[in-house]
Amino acid sequence: MAEKLVGTDIAPPDLHAKITGRAKYAEDFRAPGMVFAKLLLSPMPHARVRNVDASRALAMDGVIGILRASEVPSREGPREACLTDTPRYEGEPILAVAAVDEETAAAAIEAIEIDFEPLPFVVDPLDSLRPDGPNAYVDGNQFSGQDGWSDLKWTDSDFATIDGGGMPNPSCPVEWTKGDPESAFAESALVLEETIVHQSLSHHPMEPRSNMAYWEGETLHAFVSTQSSQQTKFALAGALQIDPENINLVSEYCGGGFGSKIAGTTVMQIPALFSRKIDRPVMLRITRYEENYVGRARPGFQSWLKMGFLENGKCNAIDLIIVQESGPYGAGDFNTAGMIADLTYTPQNMHFRGVSMYTNTPPKAAQRGPGGAQIISMMEPILEKAARELGIDRFEMHRLNAPGADVEFGPRNATLTSVHAVEALEQGREMFDWDAKLAMSGQRNGSKVTGIGIGLSPYTAGSRGRDGMMLIRPDGKLYVHQGIGNLGTHSIADTARPAAELLGYDWEDVEIVWGNSARAYPRSTVQAGSQTTTAHTRANHAAASDALRKIRAVAAAAMGGSPSAYRVDSGRVRGPGGTMTLARIAERAIAMGGEYSGMVLPEDIHAQTVPAAQMLAGEGLMGIARDNYGGEGNIYSWVAGFAMVELDEETGVVELKEYVGITDCGTVIHPRSLGAQVFGGSIQGMGMAMTQRWVFDPKWGVPFANRLYTARPPGFLDIPSDLKWGAVNIPDPQDPVGAKGIGEPPVGAGAAALTCAVADAMGGRCLCRTPLTPDIILAELEGRPIHGRLDQHVG
Amino acid sequence: MDQAESMGVLEEKYTRRTFIKGVIATGATASSAGHLFRGSPLLGAATYQTATERLITLNVNGQERRVDVLPHETLAMTLRYKLGLTGTKLGCDRAECGACTLLVDGVAQYGCSMLTHQVRGRAVTTIEGLEDPDTGELSVVQQAVMEEGAFQCAFCAPGFIMAMTEMIEVNPNPTREEARHALSGNLCRCADYDKILTCAMRAAELARSV
Ligand code: FES
Ligand code: FES
Repeated sequence: MAEKLVGTDIAPPDLHAKITGRAKYAEDFRAPGMVFAKLLLSPMPHARVRNVDASRALAMDGVIGILRASEVPSREGPREACLTDTPRYEGEPILAVAAVDEETAAAAIEAIEIDFEPLPFVVDPLDSLRPDGPNAYVDGNQFSGQDGWSDLKWTDSDFATIDGGGMPNPSCPVEWTKGDPESAFAESALVLEETIVHQSLSHHPMEPRSNMAYWEGETLHAFVSTQSSQQTKFALAGALQIDPENINLVSEYCGGGFGSKIAGTTVMQIPALFSRKIDRPVMLRITRYEENYVGRARPGFQSWLKMGFLENGKCNAIDLIIVQESGPYGAGDFNTAGMIADLTYTPQNMHFRGVSMYTNTPPKAAQRGPGGAQIISMMEPILEKAARELGIDRFEMHRLNAPGADVEFGPRNATLTSVHAVEALEQGREMFDWDAKLAMSGQRNGSKVTGIGIGLSPYTAGSRGRDGMMLIRPDGKLYVHQGIGNLGTHSIADTARPAAELLGYDWEDVEIVWGNSARAYPRSTVQAGSQTTTAHTRANHAAASDALRKIRAVAAAAMGGSPSAYRVDSGRVRGPGGTMTLARIAERAIAMGGEYSGMVLPEDIHAQTVPAAQMLAGEGLMGIARDNYGGEGNIYSWVAGFAMVELDEETGVVELKEYVGITDCGTVIHPRSLGAQVFGGSIQGMGMAMTQRWVFDPKWGVPFANRLYTARPPGFLDIPSDLKWGAVNIPDPQDPVGAKGIGEPPVGAGAAALTCAVADAMGGRCLCRTPLTPDIILAELEGRPIHGRLDQHVG
Repeated sequence: MDQAESMGVLEEKYTRRTFIKGVIATGATASSAGHLFRGSPLLGAATYQTATERLITLNVNGQERRVDVLPHETLAMTLRYKLGLTGTKLGCDRAECGACTLLVDGVAQYGCSMLTHQVRGRAVTTIEGLEDPDTGELSVVQQAVMEEGAFQCAFCAPGFIMAMTEMIEVNPNPTREEARHALSGNLCRCADYDKILTCAMRAAELARSV
């Protein structure tokens, strides 16, 4: 019997390369004659370039050329180009210079004389909503593809209410209502009204978005830092308006993205365009300082929340307004936040309003759990506050409000394939020992007070309908071709496991093929939104089923008997006519041709899979199929996080003592890697809740917290010494493998467990603002407001 | 730091403290050039345009390597761009992340914050130098990583592995708490800390048993 592959710990096949220095990330590639590009970044948050004098720079020894905004693709409206003459945030790339080495390029950048016309700017979205407030763009603060630019301003009376501490009743471009919130609030035993600020924060993956490119005739060789692969090739082709089949995209390793490099990056266009211009390979090394600007950030929210509860603790009504700090190019987080609020608290009666405001701050993008992580971290402490006021155990409060299988959420009453949030909470209660910990809550040790809290966080975790493609070659091995990216989640290997198991393969006989489009990728998901585990266990399962059918047919043709009587195991097929190795089967499949060797392809596969399949046709037995398993409803995973902290009332410092994260993400494929995702995501959420600041000087619109040490992600000494994880491990019934994704939901769980635990340590007082830095905590403890309640970007 | 002062720094043979001071002094500019660590923060453009390379001999992973080096060039840059040793990663260029950690005479150092001239006559070990050159056998730290399946994106891995290599020499029998402190100069943005710590403990155990 071949070994069991699903549910076991197997180190990913690329680990050896990663720990010996052999793994090549984008900045590790070299090409003969390679030159270095350097960017000139805008020193102003909004400006127009009036004149550039590059004569001194271009005359310098070793300087090869300059690339200007006029030479790169751009589109009208709030859309990002890789270089621009109208920068909309401090740090936006204006032009690039290439030179024989990076230092000469940097010196040339310094020698460029550039004349800017400063333009009005805005960094806090509420300022732009004020009647006479500035806009991020000259033409307005709202844009629609149909109607172009417009100006959205709230009224003086809205701001009178806001400034007086109340909840306004403003007009918002996005609005939906479910049930009858007004009557529901009238029936509530308790109504809480809060204003909450969630900061924006940079992604800061460990590897900055460096990349290199060169051309060979019509063919572009692009070495890119990207989360995805197949989709990145098409995104780059689209941006450069070239035939995707003329791109050889190399993306073997990616040093993290967290949503900031989904289908590659905007700056990946620069070496490609520059290289075409100067006919030399171009390396664009992005430094951490540059990453702070051209990397992406999670959009912050300023929000008014009204939550109603029945006597028994059930949330029965929500009224939520979100103003989103969207940077110059927009983001969709706030929409998701509204959906997630409805899903997590199932109020049945909900009024949601949201507005995305352009601002002159670095661009925003999905960051792990986009929208969901923010809203969960903001709302869970309010739920716990209600529990206190109603005299209900906080754990009970979470359990009581968590959705069951029959949940319908959002304006269109979306449904779920499966939900085991309650089971996750219950498993966590036991592992964390909630009841014993409850006795410790509020205990004092010198100046330190203990607090505990819970965060329950859902997020989408899958998609359907992708293609799988694999080949059994005459060496008998199974080659699984993966178009997904290799960003560290291990899904590049793990999504092949159920397929390999179906074909009775031992893992050592399975080769994962990835990271270079010349090696052929099927149409894949973008590696984002926790889709991959579901989408590609399904797609690979479909392709393996196709391979199995073909193996049996080839075996029956060779040895006689009915195909269905043949079984595969450990590299052999056995049946009534005898036994044969899969190596021999592959040879016979090649000889038989047709669909067996991929000479004839299924009709329903994606057009983008076809050229890739044609590259492999005739080289072995091909398993190739679209995922047609279907399914009803959205695929969501859950994490319940439990945290214990100690808050030092003298210093405002919070120390995490314990953390437990339990997930409902369906079938567990790779336990150790799953645990790493639960912890990694949760710890990122802790950084979001506690340390990762985003601070702007309102006068000049320039960022202060712009390096790792000023907006610090958690380090070794910030994490709890006692971390535990678990999984409900109940397969999703609508899925052939039963696995759901896990990347997103832990972030909200980690963040909310902390915002709740800190509130608990403060006797139930919610700060309603993140990050919970010591200065903010101390100000609250001392009854000293340090910021306007709704100010954004103050840290 | 003004230009005259930075010239002074050069003459003082770039002590670590003054180097870092110079680097930090440039923090306020948005210019990308100001954040390049082959010396530009220390020197005016005019100066480093005229700075000349010198041929020196380095001892890297047990081999003598001859290389032309600028006076203000960082070790990480020399390794990555002149000696083809790209295993040493650059995550921040400025002593904030530890991705560039390597060993100089067995001591863990940030390669982004050391000048190449500082390591003349000293033994530099990078991630590429940990395997047994004859057998290809992995070092005990690398073996521990393979066993425990640590790291996600692994961009931080070379730095952590070098830091662990030093740690098991300095403290062959660490507690988890001690290991955590020993490795706190390195960041893992994927936050795979729990597994990394388990690895560090396993590495120490393997080292004790050989
Ligand atoms: S690159 Fe040297 S410490 Fe970050
Ligand atoms: S594994 Fe990605 S930064 Fe450590």
